[in-house]
Amino acid sequence: MNIIQQLDQEHIEKLGKTIPDFQPGDTVIVNVKVKEGERSRVQAYEGVCISRAGAGFQESFTVRKISYGEGVERVFPVYSPNIDSIKVVRRGLVRRAKLYYLRDRRGKSARIAERVDRQPVKGAKGKAPAAAE
Amino acid sequence: MRSGVIAQKLGMTRIFTDAGEHVPVTVLKVDHCQVVAHRTMDKNGYTALQVGVGKAKVKNVSKAERGRFAVANVEPKRKIAEFRVSEDAVIPVGAEITADHFVAGQFVDVTGTTTGKGFAGGMKRWNFGGLRATHGVSVSHRSIGSTGGRQDPGKTFKNKKMPGHLGAERVTTQNLRVVSTDVERGLILVEGAVPGVAGGWIYIRDAVKRKLPTDVPMPGSFRTGANGAAPAETAPQAQEENA
Repeated sequence: MNIIQQLDQEHIEKLGKTIPDFQPGDTVIVNVKVKEGERSRVQAYEGVCISRAGAGFQESFTVRKISYGEGVERVFPVYSPNIDSIKVVRRGLVRRAKLYYLRDRRGKSARIAERVDRQPVKGAKGKAPAAAE
Repeated sequence: MRSGVIAQKLGMTRIFTDAGEHVPVTVLKVDHCQVVAHRTMDKNGYTALQVGVGKAKVKNVSKAERGRFAVANVEPKRKIAEFRVSEDAVIPVGAEITADHFVAGQFVDVTGTTTGKGFAGGMKRWNFGGLRATHGVSVSHRSIGSTGGRQDPGKTFKNKKMPGHLGAERVTTQNLRVVSTDVERGLILVEGAVPGVAGGWIYIRDAVKRKLPTDVPMPGSFRTGANGAAPAETAPQAQEENA
């Protein structure tokens, strides 16, 4: 490991964050720390993760949501201290790493099917129609 | 005026502050930076320190160079540079300057050799606008256009900005803030970009255009072994433990 990777690793440990496992297509709630004058509070930002970029300590992810009919995208560094926590609400079944095509879609066509674990084979067959809704 | 330090650029990363802001930093490594010789007013007409860094293989060092290192009782160095100092800031020969020579928060000037870009056109080298994409422009979209007058003056003026070699030149970036230092690993983290490629040699000095903080070590922060070789012997082992 070179020194820069070591520094990054130390910094990650110092920040002491637990990042849940999430991928593009997943719906996540990002609890953002917002500072208003003296006070600071936590604001939830919920939307679809449409990309993860970079690697390791430098990684960031983009969350897209429709707010009052207007598409909003926010980019967060994964290890940002401004993020209180990240919660995965729903896992999505997608076939690409960057879901930028969602920017051109509205409503029905912008939906993402739910990803279901294929571990129990019999269970997966039963759930398949439900996931497609 | 304190001595500077020779360092090697390792690359860039980022650091998050407690306030949640992110600071881009360049990581510079000070590897066995020792004073190799003095330049004195009496003998040379100016006061300076000759500082060497790294560890050169003895077989790659000429006999004359080896003699100079032998006089200082210092192991052969890969890179040597001179730093002008005031007479009260002379560091003894053989002393190893450590990374806490600079303190966090102070500003430094950083000199390096920029990345070579070869023969570059006017757009890249001088930020020329180039020619239009359409309206009859043929083949010469990135050309520099006209270079001068008509019959009068009848020549292209000297120093006209034209295509040519770009990069690989000595550049000083002033007023970069020191974010933190690490003595054990010999690291100095400087905010922002530093000229040159990763692995390039960098000279770090106190910023000339900023006031020096009062808490900087005054001739400098250094350690002296029994002889010049002693700190060079112990330090590599400490590094291997870290790695």
